[in-house]
Order: sequence, then C-alpha cells, then structure tokens
Amino acid sequence: MLIPCPFCGHRDQAEFAYGGPARALPELDGQDGTHAWRTALYSGYNPRGPVTELWFHANGCESWIQITRDTVTHRITRSCLANPREREP
Amino acid sequence: MTGRFRIPGGLVDRTQPIGFSFNGRELSGLQGDTLASALLANGQRLVGRSFKYHRPRGILSAGPEEPNALVQLHRGARLEPNTKATVTELFAGLAATSQNHLGSLDFDLLAVNDLLSPFLTAGFYYKTFMWPKSFWEKVYEPLIRSSAGLGRLSGEADPDHYDKGFLHCDLLVIGAGPAGLSAALAAGESGARVILADEDFVMGGRLNSETHAVNGQPGHEWAARTVAELAEMETVRLMPRTTVFGAFDHGIYGVLERRRDHLPPLADGSSDSRQPRQILWHIYTKRAILASGSIERPIAFTNNDRPGIMLAGAVRAYANRFGVACGQRVAVFTNNDDGWRTAADLQDKDIDIAAVVDTRSLPDGPPIHLNARVPIHAGEEVVDTRGRRGITKLVLASGKRVRADCLAVSGGWNPSIHLSSHHGGRPVWNDNIAGFVPGERHPPNLSVAGAAGGSLTLGSAFREGTAQAAAVLDSLGYPPSRRPVPEASDEPAAISAFWHVRESRGRAWIDFQNDVTDKDVRLSHREGYRSVEHLKRYTTLGMSTDQGKTANVNGLAAMAKLSGRTIPETGTTVFRPPWTPVAIAAFAGRSRGRDFRPVRLTPSHRWAEEQGAVFVETGSWLRAQWFPRPGEHGWRQSVDREVRTTRNTAGFCDVTTLGKIDIKGTDAGTFLDRVYTGTFSTLPIGRVRYGLMLREDGIAYDDGTTARLGESHYLMTTTTANAVLVFRQLEFARQCLWPDLDVHLVSVTDGWAQFSVAGPHSRDLLRTIIDPQHDISNAAFPFMACSELTVCGGCAARLFRISFSGELAYELAVPARFGDSMIRRIAQSGLAFDAVPYGTEALGVMRIEKGHASGNELDGQTTALNLGLSAMVSTKKDFIGMTLAKRPELNRKDAVRLMGFIPVDRAAPLAAGAHFLARDADPTTENDQGWMSSAAHSPILGHDIGIGFIERGHERVGEIVRAWDAVRGRDTDVEIVSPHFLDPKGDRLRG
Repeated sequence: MLIPCPFCGHRDQAEFAYGGPARALPELDGQDGTHAWRTALYSGYNPRGPVTELWFHANGCESWIQITRDTVTHRITRSCLANPREREP
Repeated sequence: MTGRFRIPGGLVDRTQPIGFSFNGRELSGLQGDTLASALLANGQRLVGRSFKYHRPRGILSAGPEEPNALVQLHRGARLEPNTKATVTELFAGLAATSQNHLGSLDFDLLAVNDLLSPFLTAGFYYKTFMWPKSFWEKVYEPLIRSSAGLGRLSGEADPDHYDKGFLHCDLLVIGAGPAGLSAALAAGESGARVILADEDFVMGGRLNSETHAVNGQPGHEWAARTVAELAEMETVRLMPRTTVFGAFDHGIYGVLERRRDHLPPLADGSSDSRQPRQILWHIYTKRAILASGSIERPIAFTNNDRPGIMLAGAVRAYANRFGVACGQRVAVFTNNDDGWRTAADLQDKDIDIAAVVDTRSLPDGPPIHLNARVPIHAGEEVVDTRGRRGITKLVLASGKRVRADCLAVSGGWNPSIHLSSHHGGRPVWNDNIAGFVPGERHPPNLSVAGAAGGSLTLGSAFREGTAQAAAVLDSLGYPPSRRPVPEASDEPAAISAFWHVRESRGRAWIDFQNDVTDKDVRLSHREGYRSVEHLKRYTTLGMSTDQGKTANVNGLAAMAKLSGRTIPETGTTVFRPPWTPVAIAAFAGRSRGRDFRPVRLTPSHRWAEEQGAVFVETGSWLRAQWFPRPGEHGWRQSVDREVRTTRNTAGFCDVTTLGKIDIKGTDAGTFLDRVYTGTFSTLPIGRVRYGLMLREDGIAYDDGTTARLGESHYLMTTTTANAVLVFRQLEFARQCLWPDLDVHLVSVTDGWAQFSVAGPHSRDLLRTIIDPQHDISNAAFPFMACSELTVCGGCAARLFRISFSGELAYELAVPARFGDSMIRRIAQSGLAFDAVPYGTEALGVMRIEKGHASGNELDGQTTALNLGLSAMVSTKKDFIGMTLAKRPELNRKDAVRLMGFIPVDRAAPLAAGAHFLARDADPTTENDQGWMSSAAHSPILGHDIGIGFIERGHERVGEIVRAWDAVRGRDTDVEIVSPHFLDPKGDRLRG
C-alpha cells in the first residue's frame, strides 16, 4: 500500500505502524467512566467498506495520521493528521 | 549443425554453438535457443514423466504456460527443480535432468501407475487411505510422500545472492509484444518515465514467432528496431528477463528480474559471486498497461498427452523463431483460423504437412490457402493417437489414420488476464474469442491492450497499445505522441468453440501437469463436486506450478457441458499472485541468516569484544551476557564472580539499550502525570522518580525512571523491549489525546551511551572520571539525584543516582560518540577499585535478588496490585489506565502478588515457569495458585531464589508450597518470602 502522509506525501506502508481503527477515548477527568472506556476499547467494529483508521509514520515524520480506507479495495479516500488541532476541516 | 531437426531461419545465431547436457548426454544448441528448442532440435521429444501416471511427456508450449517440460537444472546446492525448459535460456554448460521417474526416463518403473489408472482417479486418496486408521502414519503417509512431488530439492542452503530494489515510473508496460512495444514507444516519445518489462530474453513477443509484416518489414525486425529505439530514450527503462508477477495495492507491482539465470553458475568465491542472481523489484507506478498477450489452449481427446502433441502456436514459434522443426510430418488439429497459420508457416519451410483437421465444416473453404497436396479434413476430429514414447499416428472420427510425428493443436487463445484479477476482479466471458477477458474491476490505473484484453489480431494490438498509451499520456499531462500506429493487417481469427472430442473412448487430458482427465471431471460431477472451487480441490485441476494456464478453461468447459450450463454460469477462474512461481530466496533478498534484520550494537561493543564477552540478542540489540575470565568453566562461574565483585567492590555495565525519551515543554509535567501512575509534576529539578505506566485497560505496561533536568525538561527511560512502542504511545497521547499540551518528545536512545556503575566503590570510582568541581558526595548527590555535569575535563555528561542492583549505584551518560572512550576510561579507572564489567546475566541475578520486576513480570497480564506496586499508583489524579484498573476482577482479594521463593532444600534448583500448588493438592488448573516468573542462583545467598506471583502472597510469608514444573519434571517445596532477598531496607543504595 501507499499511504498518503499529509506531511511527507505518498509513502510505502513499510514506513508506517498500524494504530487500529480511529476511536474516541474518554477524557481523563477523574469521573468514573468504566462504561465509556470499556466501549472505547472493546466494542470494536470490522466493517466491509470504508474505515477510518490510525497509522503512525514511524520511519518518517512521526506523525499519527488518520486515513479513510476501504477494506475491500484498499482505496484511501482521505488522509489527515490525527491531531484534532491540525486536522483539516 | 546443431541437431537434425534444425531448419533454416530464426533468431538463433548459427555461429555460436552452445554445449549443454540432458540426463548426462552432451548436446549442442545455438545462441538464442531455450532449453526446449535446443532439445527439440536434437530430437529429444521425451523430456519428463507425468505427475501421477508417469506417462511419457514432451514439450507442449513455448512459454511460461508449460505444464510438461519441467526439468532440474544444475547440480549440488544449486539444484533447481521444476524449471520450465520452455523459458530456460540456453547457456554453455547447462546441465538439465528429467524428473519424476524411478529408473531411467525411457523406462520409468512407476509407469505401472498408468496401468493402475482405473484406481487412481480423482478422490483416490480420500477414499483409499482412510482405513485402517493406524496405517496412516506408518504406511500411507510415507508411501504418498515418497511418490509425491516432481523434482527434488538439494537440501542445502542456496549459495546464490538475491536482492531487492525499488523503482518508480509513470507507466509500467507489462509485456513487450506488439501492444506493449507500441504503447512504450508512444509514451516514451512523449517523455513519460516508462518501464517496459518482459519475461523473455528477446523482446517482441509473438512478433518473433510469427511471419507477419509490420510497416512493410518482417515483424521481428520491426520489434528489434523498436527495442533499439526505446533503448535510446532517456526516460525508458527496458527490463527483459523480467516477470511482473503481482499487481498489488495502489499501483505497486511485484517484479522479478533474472540477472544471472542465463549465465553459467559462478564458482564460489569468484569476484562476481556477490552479484545477485535475481532481483525482486517493487515498482511504484502511476499507470500500467497490461499487454501480456494470450496463451493457446489444447483440445481434450484421447491420448492427447503424448510427446509430439504440441500447441500449434508453439510449433510455429519453434519453426519461425528458433529454426527448429518439431517433426518431419506435422498434422494440425484446430477449431479456429489461427491453427491454419501453423500449417501455412511450416509449409513455407518445406515441412511435410500430414493433414489439417478442423472441427468446423468450413463451408467457405479454408481460411488460409495451403498447397493443394495438403489433405484437409473439415468438420472432422482427432479421436485418438498412437505411439509409446511419442506420437506416430492420429485416428480421426471417421476411422481414418494419419501418420504424423507431430500434432499441432489449437483450441483457441486465452487472454493472459491474470494480473487484471489480482485485486479480486472476476473476468467475464467473451463469446467472440470463446475465452475470458478482464472484467470491470481490475486494479485501478491498469488498462489492458491487445490479446490480453481479447483483441487477438496484430492490427488491433497495435491500435490498442497506441490508444492506451495516449490515454495515459493525457491523464498524466504529457503531450500526445505523434507516432502513427504501426501498420499490420488484421489476419483471420475466427473461432468456433470446441473443447472436447465426444467420441473419445480413453482418457483425454485436461490438466497435463496434474494428470487430470475428462474422466476425473466426470467423476467430480457425479459425486457432487460441481462448482469450480470444488472441482479444483477434488481433482487438483489447475493446482500446480503452472496454475492451470492451459487447463482451467478446458476444465470449466468440461464441467459446463456435464451440468448443462454455459461456461460463465459454471464459474470463472480468479487468479492470485504470483503469475509464475517466485523463489522464496528472492522474497528474502539479503535478509538471510545474520542479515535477517539489522543488528544494533552498543557503544561499548568493540571494547566488550576485546574483553572476550559472550553476547546475547535482546531484541535487535547485541548485549554482553557475561565476561569469561581465564580459568572459569561455564557461565555460572563468571556470572557469580561478576555479581560478588559488584556487590563487594564495584561493577559496570552498558545500559544504553534502555529507551530514552527526551520530554520538553511547559506542560511536560502534566503530560507525565497523565501517562504514569505516579505524579511527576511535583518532582524537584535534579531528582529522579520511578514510574509505572499502565495500558488503557489497566494492565501494567512499562516501567522506568524519569529524571527532571529542568523546569520544563524531563528525561524518561523505558525498558529495552518496549522502547519503540512506548515512544509511539506517548506520541499518540501527545498528538491525538492532548494536543493542547505544550510538550515535545524526542527519542534519544541512540544519542546517549549510558553505563551503570554499581557497588560500594562506585562513588570513588566515578570521582576519578567526573570533573572535580561537581560534588557527588552522599549529601550533595543523594539517592535518586540527577545532574548534567562534565567528565574527563569538560565533556558534557549526565549522572543519575539510580540502582537496579540494589547497590550504591549510578548511571553515567555521555554522547554516544564518546561511549567507547568512556567504557575504556571506566575500565581503566576501575582497576584501582577492583571493578569488573558485568553482563546481562549478572544484571538479571542482581535484580532478582532485589525483587525488581522486569519483562518476565510485566508480561501483559499483571496489574500494579499484582506487582506489589500499589503505592506507586496515585489516587489524587486521573491517568491512562486508572479507570479500568479499578475493575473488580482485577482487585479480587485473592489476587496474585509478587513474592520471593526459596527452596526448602537449599540445594534444589528453581526455574521460571513452575506453577505453585498447595503441598497436598493435585496439579490441576483449579488448584493453580500462581507461577514463578524469574529464578536465578544467588551467589550472595548461596542457593537458588525465585520471584513469582501467588494468590494472597503478602499474607502467606513463611508458608511452604510446591513449585510444580512439569516441563522440567521437578516438584520442589518452596517457602514464600519477601521478594527483597537482599538489603530490604535499602541501606546499601542510600549509603
């Protein structure tokens, strides 16, 4: 696969480490969020079609990036930095 | 003359004879021959035995689809089984042997299998080798194994070298036939970066095997001129002897280039022996054009597998390209116009045509006019053949017999669509050519041109190649090519589908390599295996080194006829990579043996080698395990000495491999508070604190110390094993979870060489190295202090007073480039303090003596509670893993605790992996109370000690339990003790 890194451009998959499906983790606010954490960690999904997932450009710019990849065709339709502050709208 | 079947013409160099051998017989071929053409030129028709029935087999094709002519090449360690003679370029000294026979090729003892064929049909193994059950391992399996397979491996390591490479281009053209050449020409001329790859050693594809004219000149001459022109273009790379074997994601193609296979093997140790034999290329493309041509298919009729029965196109190729007559009297059996070309071309070369048999009635007369003397049998079929080791006669449906020593068969052409379905796309049926063509879903940016797409005439190949190149140029923004489409006539290519001669009374072969006949397909249908997938698995049709290139469509057609369905209704063939087999060695490339992955060496490695250290792999690092001294026997003596000396005087050890992460920013403290269970924002500058990290699910993840070097500057250490993963996780937290924090991370593991200096004399030793203005007295630099200072007269360094051994100990870090100097300096200064270097074994013994958790304890199943580290877990803040660490199941009253264990019989050995049981309990899962995670011999205590996890261990000190170790056959009574075997109050490390 060629993964489009928003910082480095298209790079071979071998430069990246897979980070699993993108998921929202609960805030570290000290509230009892057992259910929220359990859901975030264990209620995974494995769809046929587009998924949003995380990759770490380990042998590159060390950015965590978020891509939308079709699990059937491997077509990547979207790529942005995973950092919510730098994510393009 | 090189062989009695050599005829004039062809692209072979008659001035360059080449000596080679087949089954030990010395033969001669010509430059430009394949092994197959040279064998045919020498009249060697019988080249192998079939897989199951050991039938005599000859050469069927002239390309990579060859199912029969598989030979072994070379000798010794280079022995290469199952090599297709049809694509093996001849070189001087080539030694080939036939395979799959017991005794000689001519008199194969296993040919008895052919007489037993009624018992050896599809499903034979499933039905026969079922009972008695006890026979399987002792009788059946050895029997099957000894007769299975074709060639044999040498069993030795491959002495050749293989390499990998990466290429980028605008356009990859797959196949250098008419469509590929015209595409490459148009694209190259416009300045696009083009790679043209072809399996063959001469580019031109079928142009070299046919007698077509292109732009008024012979086709092969046009091809040669075009190749020469392409070679002159700066942006074009020509790759002959190169197979595109797979279409992978995002325009990446897997490509094998054979660099040395056509040259005599090198003597080992010669200057060129490091040259790669093959290169596995990853080609990154923007566009690709599949111009892979097509493969002729046989027709199924009784005894259609005898040597001398060949594909019509191959007979033509041997005559036109190689100057070889496949027989002296050749008959043609065809269902399409193209088969007639073979008769026409051979007739032009004065080869006797015995007959042309066409299954069609041909009301309009022959599609190509032949000499009037040639007997033509329209609407007729070949129903059987004769000849033991090669065809001598064919029998027609009318009963007429025709004498011939070669039968050229054409059942039509199957487009080579394989790469187009590598992304799972299903081919679609095309009635006009009676074959499958690429379907809708082929790999993105791959277009198909010429015969590969079902356009079987030369004129259409040129038109499509040029047009596809124009589309590529347009889409990539290159100017259009002004090159006119090469001129060639559209030759007749009509076909009427015909697969199988109904009047066949005996076996008619469908898959030659796997000995699958029409009877097997009938049996499969009768027994209910009617889908293509079942057909393949029940009969092994298409399961071989050729992956059914000549068999699949005929097998489908046979099944379709039996089940009264059309071929597309019956199923399609979907192809997966690779197109042709690729040697595992090519995938490995240079990653073999010691070079399997890069080895990381510590800064003190060279010095440690000089000391005669024994090394151990820890992840990708090579670390000194112990330092044997003269007179020491076995590792235990050295390790015991290293431990004793360190505890009595001083020892030093390279600890560079621990992960080091430099953390800076005004929010660095807050960041650490969130990733560690403890609090680091309150850590004073110049102090170090032990930190424990949990996973999100509350399980312990990693531990280490973190030093605060400045107001907004921390240095974290991680375990060696997790260094990469922890850094990745921290970056995730920084970038994705808390982007508002002002914090930055840099991995500096390789930037600093770090040495532990431990033992009662360690402070005095360091005073001789650290510049005197730095006060490292106990008062000024107490336990868990850290400082940036200078050593050796001004060299920047960092000093941490931390201890893994439990002794008064320091870790001294210097920039990695000074690591070698520093270890030498420590060793030299250490002489006065009786300091010794110690390795990872002594390090392990000392940490077990102190009860420190390590990788064995942080095994992904244990919590802070289990590890006895609850005190390290803050209750005043939230951090990663806190919430789920509170789950009730992880906090059971009977949770296991990290404890120490000593054998009741002090002489008894302990080992990690033992399970703890009550003294009177049976060894069952229900009675399992925990496990020993680490064990060592303590030279200080004089007996073995262990640490491990046991239920409610903290309440059971003094209790005797069994350490039950089934793996080693031990059952040892052990006493539960504190895991801190030595200096439990820590007086030594604070001294």
